Amino acid sequence: MGQRLDLSRFQAQGQESCFHGKHIQPQIYAGLNGSNWSLKDYEARGGYAALRKILGQDGGEGMTPDAVIADVKLSALRGRGGAGFPTGLKWSFMPRQFPGQKYLVCNSDEGEPGTCKDRDILLHNPHAVIEGMAIAAYAMGISVGYNYIHGEIFEAYERFEAALEEARAAGYLGRNIMGSSYSFQLHAHHGFGAYICGEETALLESLEGKKGQPRFKPPFPASYGLYGKPTTINNTETFAAVPWIIRHGGQAYLDVGKPNNGGTKIFSVVGDVNAPGNFEIPMGTPFSKLLELAGGVKGGALKAVIPGGSSAPVLPASIMMDITMDYDAIAKAGSMLGSGAVIVMNDTRCMVKSLLRLSYFYQHESCGQCTPCREGTGWLWRMVDRIERGQGRMEDLDLLNSVADNIQGRTICALGDAAAMPVRGMIKHFRDEFVHHIEHKTCVVPAYV
Amino acid sequence: MKADHVSYTLSDATRARFDREVAKYPADQRQSAVMGCLSIIQQEEGWVSSSAEMAVAAYLGMPPIAVAEVTTFYNMYNQEPVGKYKLSLCTNLPCQLRDGQQALEHLCQRLGVQEGGTSADGLFTVQKTECLGACADAPVMLVNDRQMVSFMSKDRLDALLDQLKNEA
Repeated sequence: MGQRLDLSRFQAQGQESCFHGKHIQPQIYAGLNGSNWSLKDYEARGGYAALRKILGQDGGEGMTPDAVIADVKLSALRGRGGAGFPTGLKWSFMPRQFPGQKYLVCNSDEGEPGTCKDRDILLHNPHAVIEGMAIAAYAMGISVGYNYIHGEIFEAYERFEAALEEARAAGYLGRNIMGSSYSFQLHAHHGFGAYICGEETALLESLEGKKGQPRFKPPFPASYGLYGKPTTINNTETFAAVPWIIRHGGQAYLDVGKPNNGGTKIFSVVGDVNAPGNFEIPMGTPFSKLLELAGGVKGGALKAVIPGGSSAPVLPASIMMDITMDYDAIAKAGSMLGSGAVIVMNDTRCMVKSLLRLSYFYQHESCGQCTPCREGTGWLWRMVDRIERGQGRMEDLDLLNSVADNIQGRTICALGDAAAMPVRGMIKHFRDEFVHHIEHKTCVVPAYV
Repeated sequence: MKADHVSYTLSDATRARFDREVAKYPADQRQSAVMGCLSIIQQEEGWVSSSAEMAVAAYLGMPPIAVAEVTTFYNMYNQEPVGKYKLSLCTNLPCQLRDGQQALEHLCQRLGVQEGGTSADGLFTVQKTECLGACADAPVMLVNDRQMVSFMSKDRLDALLDQLKNEA
């Protein structure tokens, strides 16, 4: 089983998802072509200049840790993993004078259905993540870091390991980086198939070699994280955004996006579009523009969009076509930007069947720790399944909402919320389709999904 | 109990690979390497037997049950032997919208297996899987955990099966 097969003619090379030339003002994906991921290419693009700058190795005065954090705060960079928490604020929570070890962790456990942006960063621009982490570690006084990479993208894990070797050999990682007094060790760790490990405390448990079951918060990782030590966890794309901010300044990053939503964001546009892919565009770009970049709707008219990964509530076409792609606008419309995965569905798609697949996923991936989630996700799935099969009862619609209500907010982690929100969103916006299934024992739309 | 080897001895080459994983973590946190070590075992043996779990436990200084908890929690560890080629096809919604379910059914039909089963010649195990994180290239499939193939239409699946059969 061990030998490597030559499957190159079946493997995506990034042309479709990343090197299509349709990004708008890209920072992280700028200038990538699939064969320029290595250190010398990254340096030729201006890579590691930000690390040189903060360490005063570029002839300048350097930047203090406080100045780095202030610049990141000014940039309005918000967490790209899903929660959208302000990055600079998170960094300021780390205890500065803690006497023991502190840790920095990158969450590359990209498993939110619809999302594939971090894979392309790790494969095609891994040094941006390494440099971003080195800058973050400097700002928070951390000397050891780990990048936890989704087990299913093993080739990205191997690429990241190769990039780490390059960075160590060049003196960008390790002891006394570039002759300074700053030291930072960074390692790669892979998962092996558990959606829950994208949740930050489950990820920490997994990194400790255990089942990935989330921890109660508080205590938050900034006080009790990896091995019980203060830990900061950020998403891959968040770290990859940091070198640009340091090179060009927080204000310049903020100016690319819109207030409270700084910079560019990578959206994975998937499902019923003619050209699925990742698109790095300024925060606040209209959804209609993003849809155009992805080649428009495939196979019919636009019916619905799940705008932020499968855990985000679905929005109908009429709402989507009027909103911009940023945290605040999507939240105001009743959903969330989440991980930036945009799942597009055309008007041949059955919403009951779509929800059925998502409900199966959440009951399959519930870690089983909290009763409302363990029992509730299975209950939701079985109810949607019987509606899909024409055995639903009209009272099931209220019962679905009731079960969702009794999961949401009542579990240790957000997987329960993630299972409940799609159910509520689907019934809110597409109740007629569920009613039709129950009354007529068949689908409104004749197609298979 | 799983079907099992009677005993399991780690080769020097395997130990060297384990050491590389262990070196990433603090000296008193060897357990952190368990996922990496188990995936190395799986790459070398095709699955993780109870005796292999015992060997990993002894190597990392952790209770065997703690290793078994890891093997059984994470979806990608094979708890019993699989075919020479394990094909894990994503059918989550983004892949489903691009014919992932049809791809799975085609694969099962071509190989004469149920989902989760192994072909009579022992070459192929077919599984459906949750999101692989490559949704723009849907439908996507993993071959033996470590190599991803993309845009797997029926034609491309047929061509892949032909290639794998020829190389087997």
